[in-house]
Amino acid sequence: MKTLIAVDEKGFYGNFGGAYIPEMLHPNIEELRDNYERIVAEPDFQAQFKSLLKDYVGRPTPLFYAQRLSEKYGAKIYLKREDLCHTGAHKVNNTIGQIILAKKLGKKRIIAETGAGQHGVATATVCALMGMDCTVYMGKHDMERQRPNVERMRILGAKVVPATSGSQTLKDATNEAMRQWINNPVDTHYIIGSVVGPHPYPEMVARFQSVISEEIKAQLLEKEGRENPDLVIACVGGGSNAAGAFYHYYNTPEVRLIAVEAAGLGVFSGKSAATTALGKPGILHGSKTLLMQTEDGQVTEPYSISAGLDYPGIGPVHAHLFETGRGEFVGVEDEDAMLAGIEVSRLEGIIPAIETAHAFAALNQVKYKSDDVIVINLSGRGDKDLDTYIKWGNY
Amino acid sequence: MNRIEQLFQNKDSRLLSVYFTAGYPSAGDTIPIIEALDEAGADIIEIGIPFSDPVADGPTIQESNQAALDQGMTLKKLLSELKDIRQKTQVPLILMGYLNPIIQYGIEKFCQEISAIGIDGIIVPDLPMSQFMEEYKATFDAYDLANIFLISPQTSAERIRLIDENSRGFIYMVSSASITGAKSGISEEQISYFKRVNEMGLKNPRLIGFGISDKATFDTACQYSKGAIIGSAFINVLTKAKGGDLKAAIQTYIQSVIA
Ligand SMILES: Cc1ncc(COP(=O)(O)O)c(C=O)c1O
Repeated sequence: MKTLIAVDEKGFYGNFGGAYIPEMLHPNIEELRDNYERIVAEPDFQAQFKSLLKDYVGRPTPLFYAQRLSEKYGAKIYLKREDLCHTGAHKVNNTIGQIILAKKLGKKRIIAETGAGQHGVATATVCALMGMDCTVYMGKHDMERQRPNVERMRILGAKVVPATSGSQTLKDATNEAMRQWINNPVDTHYIIGSVVGPHPYPEMVARFQSVISEEIKAQLLEKEGRENPDLVIACVGGGSNAAGAFYHYYNTPEVRLIAVEAAGLGVFSGKSAATTALGKPGILHGSKTLLMQTEDGQVTEPYSISAGLDYPGIGPVHAHLFETGRGEFVGVEDEDAMLAGIEVSRLEGIIPAIETAHAFAALNQVKYKSDDVIVINLSGRGDKDLDTYIKWGNY
Repeated sequence: MNRIEQLFQNKDSRLLSVYFTAGYPSAGDTIPIIEALDEAGADIIEIGIPFSDPVADGPTIQESNQAALDQGMTLKKLLSELKDIRQKTQVPLILMGYLNPIIQYGIEKFCQEISAIGIDGIIVPDLPMSQFMEEYKATFDAYDLANIFLISPQTSAERIRLIDENSRGFIYMVSSASITGAKSGISEEQISYFKRVNEMGLKNPRLIGFGISDKATFDTACQYSKGAIIGSAFINVLTKAKGGDLKAAIQTYIQSVIA
């Protein structure tokens, strides 16, 4: 296979990416672009990053052989336990990296957007740790369906501001965070929570998350005597946990990369967030990517039972994985995700986040051989979703 | 030379450019508003193409965008409404809108059609200069369309020079580090930024926008540039006048600013 998955100088992965930003944000983005690679490469940054990931986040997270799930599905299934990260999801890997960077850039305030609230909590957490002022923008609808996370952020000392436009979900929270960055360009760093946004964000976030596949390689070598699984499965909202789990396998074509999108009530039901099935190339939040939109170029309101996947786009690297065929994209409906969430709870004693439950449901939708080694990225735990599980009720 | 460049040759000071969102306050208001603005004395009219996710705009323009979309405005519909506009007015017309609807329409088709209509320039806030130069400049030039760039208080002197080099028509000087929205007054800090840029001796004229709302802020802006741009404050006027006598409200407001 020739396709090389990598970002170019201008922030493009093939046809997707770039930095389509208002001029008012140019200095912020330029500052980040000109400094982040240098800062991230500094031994001091690396030492701090590694030490916090180890002693604060609890890395390396285990790679757990899921015996009962393996028996049920007839494959060797391993779970990468990002749910065991401090704060309960992979999101903190990125916020640790960005908060150290923000400090080194001399920033005083942090802003962030959040969907499920996991990124908001991870941001509020590192802000408390580093003594930084923190404001999180969150769609009003998401504040209602992810109540515990709103209160977690507040307990951690962050201000949570509702985004009241559009469908009042992740897209609208991101709009609001970008606006507030325009309004506070000098002392504020914007911690984007996924592999979306203008260059250099998508690659920067992917690099901070790439610790996931770095660890999978070493752990799988120990357990299976091989670094490469046959399949890696991860859910995709913006795509940060997937990018982290895929990163060191991008250019290893024998590893199948399965990206799982939320198909809501059905891909073609009008109530879905399955971007690759429904989207066309377009521009939102600073990058060219696949985007759910009308013929007139208006961004469509997505829908998913899971707030973290309820986004009308995907990170540009995923648009590129889709276009080149390097990634296999699967759409999982609400109902199937919920059933998978319950199944994993019963078989493995792990209640996954509803985002993550989508990745498990993909086991019913992709083909694999009976001796295949499959790694599922268990991106987060389901505590935040208890209300949704209870309301769904079918257990 | 297009109408924008002509305008700056003929009028040297106190130019007023007014922004409104197409299809707002009511679906059929676009053409009547253009005519009323022209009669009331606006020198340039910026017609906003509504977008679902206007990240550089404050609540007033966000809401007008959403209302226009809810009432069925699209880029296609707007261009068909504007088809005969040059039989009605010779005022310079600018289309202002985010990049995605324009890309979906097709850049070449968009430029060709708006040039045929007699549109003079466009402002695309989320199209950065480098991307414009690489992907779109040739097309814009071929259709004699001015692409207007923004600068803000954070824009470095070096970059302002680069933008000046690549601009046509005028430079849109954003008055403060902010999204659009009516604010009260103009601060000392803003004035020192106006002065700093004024002293750079740029080859393109500048209009100051964002936060200009009345005679006082218009007068201040005009001391340091060729004129100013009003957006949110005008949208507020339209919102109040919805369903009533738009034309009279526009006349009264514009006169109160430029008097
Ligand atoms: C547990 C979990 N998984 C996945 C996601 C989706 O984000 P991403 O696609 O960036 O990994 C979220 C987002 O909130 C999440 O909380």
